[in-house]
Amino acid sequence: MKHRTFIAILLGVIAMGFSLPDGTALLIKVDQNMSSKNRIFESNMTIHGKRNSRTLTAKTMSEGTKKSFTEYLSPASEKGTKMLKLQGQLWIYSPSTDRIIQISGNMLRQSIMGSDLSYEDMMDDRKLTDIYNARTEGEEKVGDRNTYVVELTAKVEDVAYFRQRLWIDPERFVPLKEELYAKSGQLLKRVELKDIRNIQGRWFPTTVIYKDMLKEGNGTEFKMTDLKFNQPIPDYIFTKASLKQ
Amino acid sequence: MIAIKLAFRNLIGAGLRTWLNVSVLSFAFVIIVFYNGMLDGWNMQAYNDTKDWEVGNGQLWHSAYDPYDPFCLQDAHAPVTGQVKQLVDAGQLTPLLITQATIYPQGRMKNIFLKGVDPKQRILKLPSALLQQEAGVIPALIGKRMAEMAKLKKGDLVLTRWRDRNGTFDARELKVVDVFNSNVQTIDNNQIWIPLPVLQQLTGMENEATLLVAGDTYTRGSIAQWQFKDSKFLLKDIENIIKTKKGGAMVIYGLLLAIALLAIFDTQVLSIFKRQKEIGTYIALGMTRLQVVKIFTIEGSAHSILAIILGSIYGIPLLWFLHDAGIPMPKAIDSMGVAISTRIVPVYSMELILSSVLLVIISATIVSYFPTRRITRMKPTDALKGKIQ
Repeated sequence: MKHRTFIAILLGVIAMGFSLPDGTALLIKVDQNMSSKNRIFESNMTIHGKRNSRTLTAKTMSEGTKKSFTEYLSPASEKGTKMLKLQGQLWIYSPSTDRIIQISGNMLRQSIMGSDLSYEDMMDDRKLTDIYNARTEGEEKVGDRNTYVVELTAKVEDVAYFRQRLWIDPERFVPLKEELYAKSGQLLKRVELKDIRNIQGRWFPTTVIYKDMLKEGNGTEFKMTDLKFNQPIPDYIFTKASLKQ
Repeated sequence: MIAIKLAFRNLIGAGLRTWLNVSVLSFAFVIIVFYNGMLDGWNMQAYNDTKDWEVGNGQLWHSAYDPYDPFCLQDAHAPVTGQVKQLVDAGQLTPLLITQATIYPQGRMKNIFLKGVDPKQRILKLPSALLQQEAGVIPALIGKRMAEMAKLKKGDLVLTRWRDRNGTFDARELKVVDVFNSNVQTIDNNQIWIPLPVLQQLTGMENEATLLVAGDTYTRGSIAQWQFKDSKFLLKDIENIIKTKKGGAMVIYGLLLAIALLAIFDTQVLSIFKRQKEIGTYIALGMTRLQVVKIFTIEGSAHSILAIILGSIYGIPLLWFLHDAGIPMPKAIDSMGVAISTRIVPVYSMELILSSVLLVIISATIVSYFPTRRITRMKPTDALKGKIQ
């Protein structure tokens, strides 16, 4: 009797394992859903500090994962600051000094405007499937949505996070939560993706909350407003000359 | 000889006026010796402490290492091999590996330098032998300033995050095994020391170092990609700070000396004005004007001799006492960026004492001479009559 129960449980576990979708396939589908030729959006980035919070608004235009142009609209201290990302290089224009500075090397590891995001976080444009091995761990609910938990383990050496976990909504192919881990297994950052909307036929999270799990504070909330895909963007936008315009 | 005898007789005869001048000048003399002795003592203590705790007998830096550029640390490391390894094994060099890290004490975030030191090293005074490894625990040493800043104490665990050689994040808890007390801030502020092999393993920089500290027996210069920096170069910052301090001190005791010299100048002018008959008599007795000038100049400069004697009478016991007891330093001075102990022991070198004596004598002679030039223009007959000239 005992043997039968054990075999039944074992078969159940195996069957469940077989029923889980392939992690890489899930990632590819997420990529297909979320990537577009280009996108234009306005955003509010609220950085919640220990004592106070501050909000920066910006307008961003991006093409694929390699080209992106952002202009900060407020507050007054940051207004006119522009960032251009082009093929793995990043430049920042500061109106107060009227200078263009290239952010490179270790400077990429600095925080963007005091937020929980680093320049490096926005610079890594490699596909997850290229740098991580994916394995579906199981199923979990995030809010009222069923998700597959996909564990990513680095297959190349030069990645910031050795391990990641993604909670992917299998109906809309959108991650709802991400956890980023250190080599030791210590949880470093948690990313929550919320307010999933259907925009021009694709599901897209319009609010992203980044939280550094090692420090106090409520993280950084990134809210996209007026999001549009596949719009005409003039070529000159993705040139260094556009930074001073 | 007559001039010296006359000068001292006249000075003693002037009574209180002389002793007032001598007292002020002696005070300036003692202050000069004290202040410079204190700065020399501080310099020596800072030099010795920094040598013992940080720079050793010089350092071999990786060619990309720049202590003023924390971003260089990602590339400034190389394997310790060949000749360098032999010198390390012989105890002539000790390797240090440095990387940037972030600690999270009580949920706050602080950027620090994580430094790997060989627990068996004997070149630096750092108590690295305390970095004994326990299973599952990474031992860490911090200085009292770091402990105060991060609110950490012996036995505390602190979560630390760093990146390995490929830029991948890693984070572990470090256990503070001891809080050391050193006068040298540059090995304490924003720094955590852990065993070198552990840091090498955690960062994937096996057998690598950022710099090597030389012991007293090290005699070689630069080796391949390791550039030798001698202790003179490494202690230049201390020397510059002391030089700046000495400049500031010069203003203070310069003012005091100026007051004393002004009093001597004033006395000289007054005595030449009041002693015209005496000047006339000297000339009438056959002295040349220059001989009279000499008498009055020696009289003025003799103030300085008396001041040095008086200064020595009360200065020697006072300065001796300060040398024995030391001068307590306020805690706030610790943030100046130079090694400073809680008590400074002044050092009075022969060079300092002789230069101070010469300064007082020469400056007193100069200010004594200027008013006497008037004598050369005096008519002896008018001087004898006491006519105002």
